[in-house]
Amino acid sequence: MKLLVNGKSHTLDIEPEMPLLWALRDELDIKGPKYGCGIAQCGSCTVLLNGEPVRSCSYPVSSADGQQVVSIEGLADKGKLHAVQQAWIDHQVPQCGYCQGGQILAAVALLKKKPKPTDQDIDAAMTNICRCGTYARMRTAIHAAARQAGGKS
Amino acid sequence: MNSTHLNRRLFLQVNTASAAALSLGFLWPQDSMASNSTEVNAWIEINADESVVIRYARTEMGQGSRTSAPMLIAEELEVDWKKVRVVDVPAHENLRRKRAYGDMASVGSRTIRMSQEYMRKAGAAARIMLIEAAAQRWNVAPGECKAVLGQVIHSASGKKLSYGQLAADAAKLTPPKDIPLKDPKTWTIAGKPLPRVDITDIVTGKIRYGVDVQLPGMLHAAIAQSPVFGGKAKSVDSSKIDSRRGIVKVINLGEFVAVVADNWWRAKEALRDVSIDWDNGKNAAVNSASMMQYYRDGLTQSEPAVARNDGNTLAALASAKVIEADYYTPYLAHATMEPMVCTALLDGDKLDIWASTQNPESTLTAAASTADVAQENIRVFAMQMGGGLGRKSPQDFTRQAVAIAMQLPGKPVKLMWSREEDMQHDLYRPASLVRVRAGMDDSGKPQALHIRVSAPSIFSQLLRMPLQNGVDQQAVACFNDHPYAIPNTLVDFAMRSTHVPVGFWRTVGHSQNPFVRECFLDELAHAAKQDPLAYRLALLPDNEKANRDKGILQAVAKAADWGKPLPSGVHRGIASVDGYGSWTACVCEVSVNARGEVKIHRIVIGIDPGYAVNPDNIQAQLQGSVVHGLTAIFWGEITVKDGRVEQSNFHDHRMMRMNEMPKVETVIAPSGGFWGGVGEPAQAPLAPALGNALFAATGKRIRSLPLKNHGLSLSKA
Repeated sequence: MKLLVNGKSHTLDIEPEMPLLWALRDELDIKGPKYGCGIAQCGSCTVLLNGEPVRSCSYPVSSADGQQVVSIEGLADKGKLHAVQQAWIDHQVPQCGYCQGGQILAAVALLKKKPKPTDQDIDAAMTNICRCGTYARMRTAIHAAARQAGGKS
Repeated sequence: MNSTHLNRRLFLQVNTASAAALSLGFLWPQDSMASNSTEVNAWIEINADESVVIRYARTEMGQGSRTSAPMLIAEELEVDWKKVRVVDVPAHENLRRKRAYGDMASVGSRTIRMSQEYMRKAGAAARIMLIEAAAQRWNVAPGECKAVLGQVIHSASGKKLSYGQLAADAAKLTPPKDIPLKDPKTWTIAGKPLPRVDITDIVTGKIRYGVDVQLPGMLHAAIAQSPVFGGKAKSVDSSKIDSRRGIVKVINLGEFVAVVADNWWRAKEALRDVSIDWDNGKNAAVNSASMMQYYRDGLTQSEPAVARNDGNTLAALASAKVIEADYYTPYLAHATMEPMVCTALLDGDKLDIWASTQNPESTLTAAASTADVAQENIRVFAMQMGGGLGRKSPQDFTRQAVAIAMQLPGKPVKLMWSREEDMQHDLYRPASLVRVRAGMDDSGKPQALHIRVSAPSIFSQLLRMPLQNGVDQQAVACFNDHPYAIPNTLVDFAMRSTHVPVGFWRTVGHSQNPFVRECFLDELAHAAKQDPLAYRLALLPDNEKANRDKGILQAVAKAADWGKPLPSGVHRGIASVDGYGSWTACVCEVSVNARGEVKIHRIVIGIDPGYAVNPDNIQAQLQGSVVHGLTAIFWGEITVKDGRVEQSNFHDHRMMRMNEMPKVETVIAPSGGFWGGVGEPAQAPLAPALGNALFAATGKRIRSLPLKNHGLSLSKA
C-alpha cells in the first residue's frame, strides 16, 4: 500500500481496514491529525484527501491507497503559511489547539470551493467540535482569509 | 561557573530514549537552552545575543497562561517582549530546586492570581541586579541608572550597556531583599492584548500533545475499566487475540484490563475481542432514579453540616411569607478533546513520564508511589494538553500507565483512553439538589434565606480530605459567601456521595450553584414585581466586595442596553456572581418559539479580574466559557443505569458546534487592587442569566438542567 502524505511517498504493509488516522499517527509518526472520538463525530482527525476533508479515524487506509493526503503539517508551502493559518494567527483563534489542525483543513477545503463563503456556508462546512469554544474567532478568521485571498487574485 | 553546561545539564539530563524524543521536538519548545546563556535567577536566562528566556512553571491547556505569566516577568524585567522565548519547567526540576517555582498545578484559575507576586518579583529582582552590575562597572550609583528595553542607561552620561553584556556580572550579585514592583498603570507589556507565544506551533501542527509522544520502540496500551464503578475483572480470556498482529501483552490489573500493542488501533481493536468477566459488586443496582431519591432524602436530613449561619433563619422563616423552590443540576462529563493519556518508561530504578497533566508535581508523586521509585529518580515532562477542564489534575491515568509500564520494564508504553472510556470513567461534576427558602418582608425583600444542599462531596470522595465542620466548600460555593444584605442566612449541607466518582469540572461549584442562587433571586424580584437589575442593586450592601458586584453588573447592563425596549418576542435576563477572585455578570437575550427552540439573540458577558494581564486572552476565555457553559446548559447530563454511565461518545453526549454559536459580546472591566482568575469564573453567571431570560420569555421557571429535558433546544444561530 502506498500513501502520498504531504508530498512524500510511503509504502506500508498494514491491515487494509486500519483507519487512515492510525496509519498516519502510529505507522508514519504524522501526529497532526488527532484522535477525538473514533466515530467521525468530532473531526479532530480531519485530513485532506485529494483536497476533500475526510475524518481519518473512520476512513480505511486502503481507500486512500495511492492518493494525496495532506495533514496540517503539510499545509504550509515551503515554510510559507497558508492564508487560513495566517488568519488563525492574526485572530488568535486556538486555545488548547487540539482540534485546530482539523478545523484549519476544513476551512481550507471550504475556501477552495467557496472563495467568499457566507456565514451559512461556514456553518454548513465547519462541523468539527471545539471544546474550548473558538467558534466566533474561527468565523472571523475564515472571512479574513477569504478577503486576503480575494485581494491577491 | 559555566552556567551553560549547568543549565543544559539541569534541563536536558536525557537518556537515549528521551534524547531521541527531544530531537523529534516534543519538549516544548524544542531548543530549550542556548549555548551562551546566563541564568540570572530561576525564572530568567539572558543570552549573549540579547534574547531572553523566561521560564513558565505551570501547564498549558488553552487557558493562555504560558503567555500571560511570562508577560508579568518581562514587564518587571524591562525587556523587549519580541526577544523573549518561553520555556516550560519540568516538575523534576522544581523538585530538584526545592520548589523554587512554587505550585505547578494549573487548576482553580490560579496561575496569575496565586503566582503574580513572586513572578513579578523575580523579574524586578533581575532588573535591579542588572542595573547594579552596570552601576558597578561605571562606578556610579544604581539610582542614577535606569533599565529600558533590555539595556541599562546612565542618564547623566548617556552610557549604555545591554543585558547580554551585564548578565554574567548580575548573576553573581546578591539578590535584593526589597523589591518594589511597578504600578500597573505604567505597564507596557502586561495589560496589552498580546499574541500567545504558542499559536504558530499550533496552526502548523508542530506542537506536541500528550497523545503525540513518540519514543523509539514505544508500545501502545488501550484499556477497559470496570463498566460498573468499583467493579473488578475476575477473569480474562485473550485467546482470540494472543496471536494477532502487533499484540504484545494482555494485562489484568483488576480495576482494568490492558492490551499492549505496537499501534494503538491494534490494541483497541483487540481489546474488543478480549472476554472479560467483571465482578460488578453491589453498585450494579444503582441508577439515576435511585440516586435522585437519595438526594431528595438529603433535603430533609436532620443535623446537616452548617456552612453559614447569620441571625436566626429558621425562626425568621417561621413567621414570614415564604417562597420556596428546589433546583437540580446533573452529573457532567469533562470530555476534553484529548482523552486521558500518559507515557511511562521504567528503566531499572529510573522512571520517565510524559503526560497531559494539569498537575505535574502530582504526576511525579503518583508515579513514585505506584512504581515505588524514589522521587529524585523520576522525570516528568508535562506535555501540551488538548484541553484539561479540571479532569487532568487527578492522576488515575498516570497510575495506570505506570502500572502497565512496570509489566514491560525498559519499554516506553503510551496509555491512551478511548473516548468511550473517557466518557464512562470520568470524575464527574457532582450532581446537586438544592432547596431554597426565602422569608419575604412587605417591601418584597428577603429577610431570611435558607439554602440546603444535598450533593456528593469532591473533597471527601476524590481527595479523601476531612471536611472542615462537615462542609464541602465547593458544594456550597457562592451560597456560603453570597453578598446580599439578608440578615438571616442559613446554608447547610447534607453530604450524599454515591458510587459515581466525582471531580473538579471547569468552574466546579460555581458551574452549578449560581444557577440556583441567581435564578431564585430572579424569582424573588418577580414576586416583588421589581426589575431584576434594580432588585439586585438594592440588595447589595455598601462594602468593597459588594461594590464590585455592582460595578460589573452595571458595566454589563450598560453594554447590554438593559432597560431599553427589545424587539417583540425577545426577552432578557441578568445575573452576577463572584468566583476565583473575579467578579462576573451576564445578560442574555432570547426568544422561544412554539416548538421550544431557543434563539439566543445576544449574550453580553463581563468580568472584573482586578488586573487584565492579557486582555485578548481574557476575551478568548470569556468566549470559551460561553460555549462550554451553553453545551452543558442545553445538553450536558451523565445518567446512570445498572451502575454504569449510559452515555459513551459524542453521538449521545452532544457538544455545541459552530452553527449554534450565538453572538457574544465581552466586557473586560478591571477595577484594580486585586488579582482574580479568568479561566473559570465567567461560566458562572451564564446559566442563571439564560434561565432568567427564558422565564421572561415564557413565564416558565426552569429549575433543573439540562434544558433538553424541558423540551427546549438551541436554535441555529
